[in-house]
Amino acid sequence: MTLSAKDVAEIMRLLEQSSFDNLSLEMNGVKLNLQRGSAVAVRQPTAPPATAEPQPQAAPPPVQRKVKSPSEPGLADVVSPLLGIFYRAPKPGEPPFVEVGSKVTEDTVVGIIEVMKLMNSVCAGVKGQVVEILAENEALVEFDEILLRVRPGA
Amino acid sequence: MAIRRILMANRGEIAVRVIRTCKALGIETVLAASAADLDSLPARLADRTICIGPPRPADSYLKVDAIVQAALGVKADAIHPGYGFLSERPALAKLCEEVGVIFIGPSSAQIEAVGDKLRARAEAELAGVPTAPGGAVETVSEALALGRKIGPPLLVKAVGGGGGRGMKRVDRLEDLPAAMHMASAEAGAAFGDARVYLERFVTRGRHVEVQILGDGKGRVVHLGERDCSVQRRYQKLIEETPAPGLSPDFRARIHNAAVQFTERLCYRSAGTVEFLVDLERDAFYFLEMNARIQVEHPITEAVTGIDIVSEQIAIADGRGLSLKQADVRPSGCAIECRINAEDPGRDFHPSPGTVRTAEWPSGDGVRVDTHIFSGARIAPFYDSLMAKIIVHAADRPAALERMSNALAATRIEGVATNLAFHLEVMADPEFQAGGVDTSYLPRFLESRRLMQEARAHG
Repeated sequence: MTLSAKDVAEIMRLLEQSSFDNLSLEMNGVKLNLQRGSAVAVRQPTAPPATAEPQPQAAPPPVQRKVKSPSEPGLADVVSPLLGIFYRAPKPGEPPFVEVGSKVTEDTVVGIIEVMKLMNSVCAGVKGQVVEILAENEALVEFDEILLRVRPGA
Repeated sequence: MAIRRILMANRGEIAVRVIRTCKALGIETVLAASAADLDSLPARLADRTICIGPPRPADSYLKVDAIVQAALGVKADAIHPGYGFLSERPALAKLCEEVGVIFIGPSSAQIEAVGDKLRARAEAELAGVPTAPGGAVETVSEALALGRKIGPPLLVKAVGGGGGRGMKRVDRLEDLPAAMHMASAEAGAAFGDARVYLERFVTRGRHVEVQILGDGKGRVVHLGERDCSVQRRYQKLIEETPAPGLSPDFRARIHNAAVQFTERLCYRSAGTVEFLVDLERDAFYFLEMNARIQVEHPITEAVTGIDIVSEQIAIADGRGLSLKQADVRPSGCAIECRINAEDPGRDFHPSPGTVRTAEWPSGDGVRVDTHIFSGARIAPFYDSLMAKIIVHAADRPAALERMSNALAATRIEGVATNLAFHLEVMADPEFQAGGVDTSYLPRFLESRRLMQEARAHG
């Protein structure tokens, strides 16, 4: 029995997930020495993030939140007032509250956000025409996430 | 393994702490953050961050529905509640149980059993664990009768309180009715529960607590004790393990009491049983149980080499306890100092703002659990804990020296901190001698104030 490259990769993966820093394997004249390298963060998985761990002197870079840029200037964002599941229609199979091109006023309901079976309707809050719909139906939306964009006007 | 993705329902250093262990275990993390924390260190370390609500805790970190909806929405297998916020609210654990999300902590029934202080006291008595002389009182005449029996000084405590909130000290029996009315009214307003009970006030007491891990099936191991007697208004500032100066027999008895108490509850996950050590009577009494991970858990990790968060996750995953009592062999001494953004010169007033510079110590036997980096903002909505500096050494004098060096190597600019205050305590002969009681810090602060005044007038 010999060790293929695939076997070695598999053993490396096992070591990676284990609580050990070193692995020595000897079989049929093959010697394999593996050591957790500095390519991965040097730490011991099951021991506490203890004594020898270098402290983060520099913080990792800020997370870039990806938001689709507006297709034209001057659009108003309609944002989610709370975290929950976004529904575009009152019930499954029914037509959505609004589509691209729909005219809305401040009080027009543009969607529903469900939080643990509790339905909350979301109003446009602005008068105008829907230009973009960003939030997906039945997807999780975060607090303050842009649901759709409206071109303010009559 | 069932747990592949964890929703971290907390912020600050504990979120960072839990995310680190998750990374080491290959578990994905999703941080449930308020709008004020989207650029925080835990948000930068987590695999994903979702915004659960506005900065005010009541609109975000305390919203049970939003947290559970977030967990379901991101398909998290489990929720880690950290400490504070929803960690000890039965409602979160209960909703998790209902929708099938693993709550990394005890069952909602266990949280309820220890959250009600009077019920916890009764549980302690049933487990044969000593409690301070006292009990429930409903009327003033009942209170006076019990008060006479115990003898002053007394402590009137709110059933729904905890961590020092909702307590009144009574030195003379004639003051008891007024104190009882006030405590009851305050407790009703603060905790929605006006019930109070009486206990003997221990004049010279030390706060000693025992860390335990339970598998939820009746097996419990303890990870030794921590001494948290250095407190200001019941807020812990410095913790150490082992508790200095306890006899081996006393230590064993207090460990056993914690195990007995939690075994009876078939307690699941990590928890801490707090005791008041009565120095004058050479006795200890059950105080309360904290059904969550605690701020000061790293000192226990330092001396035992056990990752408590990793154990919590394994237990939540149904894998039980990975260790037996004989496997727990603490070595050396560990101390923790809580570095807060508060100004000891202004009565420990919080000092939120932007941290211009943050340089933390490192090296052998030094661990820093923090969420603060150069440029980080300390928001006014949350507690002022910036970091915990933890040192570990072979013995207490070496640990004290290591802590002094670590504190001296720390540089924080932009906000006021209690860093210098910690250095003074480390250099204080009374603290160095070890085994101070809970009256130590108020006395220390008073003499410090008098000295500063004298200097200002001289």
